[in-house]
Amino acid sequence: MINALNQTARRIPAYVLYIAGIALAAWTIYAALSTPDPAKVLERDLGTRGLQILIATLCITPLRWYGVNLLKFRRALGLMGFMFITLHFLTWMLLDLALRWSEILTDLTKRPFIIMGFLAFIALIPLAVTSNNAMIRRLGAVQWKRLHWLAYPATLAGAVHFVMIGKVYTLESALYFLAVAGLLIARRLKSLKKAPQAA
Amino acid sequence: MPHAPQYTRADVTPQRLFLNRRALIAGAAALGLARPAWAAGPYSTDEAPNSFEDITTYNNYYEFGYDKADPAAYAGSLKTDPWSVTVDGLVDNPGTYSLADLIAGQPIEERIYRFRCVEAWSMIVPWQGFQLSGLLQKLGVQAGAKYVAFETVVRPDEMPGISGGMIDWPYREGLRLDEAMHPLTILATGLYGKPMPNQNGAPIRLVVPWKYGFKSIKAIVRISLVAEQPVTTWNTLAANEYGFYANVNPEVDHPRWSQASERRIGGGLFAGRVDTLKFNGYADQVASLYDGQDLTKDY
Repeated sequence: MINALNQTARRIPAYVLYIAGIALAAWTIYAALSTPDPAKVLERDLGTRGLQILIATLCITPLRWYGVNLLKFRRALGLMGFMFITLHFLTWMLLDLALRWSEILTDLTKRPFIIMGFLAFIALIPLAVTSNNAMIRRLGAVQWKRLHWLAYPATLAGAVHFVMIGKVYTLESALYFLAVAGLLIARRLKSLKKAPQAA
Repeated sequence: MPHAPQYTRADVTPQRLFLNRRALIAGAAALGLARPAWAAGPYSTDEAPNSFEDITTYNNYYEFGYDKADPAAYAGSLKTDPWSVTVDGLVDNPGTYSLADLIAGQPIEERIYRFRCVEAWSMIVPWQGFQLSGLLQKLGVQAGAKYVAFETVVRPDEMPGISGGMIDWPYREGLRLDEAMHPLTILATGLYGKPMPNQNGAPIRLVVPWKYGFKSIKAIVRISLVAEQPVTTWNTLAANEYGFYANVNPEVDHPRWSQASERRIGGGLFAGRVDTLKFNGYADQVASLYDGQDLTKDY
């Protein structure tokens, strides 16, 4: 089963994920347009998809522990997640709050759930900027890996932001939060086990 | 002694005449004439109503699910006929009334109201209904009553959101007696000249246009006249976010978002926002109800 999965993955070029990601973004915009409150629906759906894609990106490493090798898709997934979150942020600023600056600034300074989401977005920017071979060479593998560990707190902040938006706690919001927290804990445990070997 | 006028069925505008009037209006509209006269009553806004589709596909009604499209998808299973409403508490004529008996004699009229959700979106809705004050007079409010409490129907078999578990059903809301007696406060039984769609709170719901939408409780099965401020659902879930009064107020933010502006539904992706008006634009009529109250505390 795992072999078949790996073989299939080997045959699919990574750029397919960019095409799929852009197509999904286009579909998300199109679907929102036919709803009564398109700005809000678009804002919500772009954010939810972005969070889901970022969580999927974080799954690539633990899947390797079980022999599933999807590493070549990780960069494309991460960048597509960043694209959705960027569009989510722009929708909030341009379409939902429609550039009402005083309200935007109050939100960014007074409202914990907005601050949480904004921090998640800011933390993703250096990761997106360094998601190319040239930057890996410039930073060196160790530095680059250290920087990209930020993906965990950034996605966790995104999941917390999602929980905080809800008027009531839902199963969906709990699942995102538990998934990211679980991935973070699994990663920590793995590195703790590895550490003595490295020493 | 409270006055209890004796209404009979003869006082109700016959359905035939009601419909005729509507056909006449539709004809006038088709000819491109000005807005119908009945729409421009003293309590109605002259702003253009949202489409029937917008009003009936974008609803918060958690008994049918959390998503705003859920009520339109699932509310069809709610049986609204027969329907009865229990009236109890400090009232001269308590009892369980059939819907027809309850509303008998109440003059149904058109009210085109702004509707502002606490989530910072808004619509214009052409309701049909009657003033709650008329019903309360018929029921006979006793001297000790200070508040009116309402409850929504709870039918897990017909309402798939009930089993969700986060909310202690039934949905409960309430008004201070002077708010309930205000002429703007109506019990609505229809919109756009049609019987109330299930997703909008059929067969009978409250509409209080100067308060956030969650005060306007749907599918009412109990009306209680009480002495103490009643327990209300959203206030219980998050008292710092949803006050008992919940008057629309651009100066008092929801802790998680600004209430200074709102998205008017129906304008499309680039509609932007409009400024929110204090008391949702009904300040001239209702601000005096709150003289001497600090609205930042009584939010």
